[in-house]
Amino acid sequence: MYPAAFDYHAPSSVKEALELLGKHKDDAKLLAGGHSLIPMMKLRLAQPKHLIDLRKVPGLSGIKQDGNMLAIGAMTTHWEVESSALVKSKLAVLSETAALIGDPAVRNRGTVGGSIAHADPAADYPAAMIALGAEMVCEGAKGRRTVKVDDWFKGLMTTAVGEDEILVEVRVPVLPASSGAAYLKFPHPASRFAVVGVAAAVTLDGKGMCSKASVGVTGAGTKAIRAKGVEAGCAGKKLDAAAIEAAASKAAEGVDVQADLQGSVEYKSHLCRVFAKRALTEAVKRAGG
Amino acid sequence: MKLPVKMTINDQSYSHEVEPRLLLVHYIRETVGLTGTHVGCDTSQCGACTILMNGQAVKACNFFAVQADGANIMTIEGLAKDGELHPIQMGFWEKHGLQCGFCTPGMIMSVYQMLERYPKPSEELIRHQLEGNLCRCTGYHNIVKAIEWAAEHMPAKK
Repeated sequence: MYPAAFDYHAPSSVKEALELLGKHKDDAKLLAGGHSLIPMMKLRLAQPKHLIDLRKVPGLSGIKQDGNMLAIGAMTTHWEVESSALVKSKLAVLSETAALIGDPAVRNRGTVGGSIAHADPAADYPAAMIALGAEMVCEGAKGRRTVKVDDWFKGLMTTAVGEDEILVEVRVPVLPASSGAAYLKFPHPASRFAVVGVAAAVTLDGKGMCSKASVGVTGAGTKAIRAKGVEAGCAGKKLDAAAIEAAASKAAEGVDVQADLQGSVEYKSHLCRVFAKRALTEAVKRAGG
Repeated sequence: MKLPVKMTINDQSYSHEVEPRLLLVHYIRETVGLTGTHVGCDTSQCGACTILMNGQAVKACNFFAVQADGANIMTIEGLAKDGELHPIQMGFWEKHGLQCGFCTPGMIMSVYQMLERYPKPSEELIRHQLEGNLCRCTGYHNIVKAIEWAAEHMPAKK
């Protein structure tokens, strides 16, 4: 399968990449790891006339701690997140999420920024980013701005990034004390995409009650979404098996569950509830509850 | 618009002018002429096209040749040295880790990375690490045995 012909650019700075983006506008696509874009180009679902490869732009990859945040460069690969000693020690759930993406070869190339900017409705990171309360840093000609995850995913493969901006960094807060988080999914057997995936982060107070629950769902609808009903069902409760079951029963509420080749609305709604229960159970266990 | 690319494949240097849309797997097979790397699903799921780029397993059907400019690549043809099969190849031979053999080059290149990262893998880890390589003949059992054999026979790391 051959993509439509295009001109290839490999700028050596964000500024140069932004200039190319400004010049070619809708005719251009940014290329990171290419593991979403290139398959779409091969199927000719995407036919950009200009491809702007970010591989030579310095400073876009790597993970560092910045106060209570992990700052992850947009070009950081899934394997780098999966294998990072810093991520494993500060925010293990993120490393675990990365390790569930695709397969080892895909994780070698696919990038955090690419996944978050592409916003595939079945991608794994979006659910985790919602549960963890991440922020996206976009750079444009006028400088940088930060977008909270709840304002990021707008719809099917649509995000808050401006057409004249580049997502340069993803910032993820580390969990407070007495917290636990988990991401679990039902993977498609060939692609390993999430048929449904749920990430849950739970913080317990001194009495073992849930002081905060944050839950993201991916795969079910047209975009990853916060499961507000589950969060409300957890708040202030002692999260035993019955309370988790009751909260998780709300997992498909407010989600625009889509029937597709993987399953019916009923089936995928059921998976939302099952995986919300499993993710919450594991998160509570890790929080020491 | 053709662009110059230069890369090292199996310790040999190659330079060509290519169309940007030329996929790395077609560059390797058709421009360079190394046909051991296969095209299977062509959708980055089956792993038949797996090669090593700068030491990492990459699905070459999902990568443009221009992105590999300056890279150091190893394909299945680069594994045997002086007519001696690599221990991973020997493992597939000894344990009958193939039937039709179509997926084998990609399997072996993925296993190369697997054993670099996890020199003594458990069976469970092997099966997880093979998620990106599909085989439609063997049911994977003999492939797992081949990898276990290879892990035991790999030369000690310097």
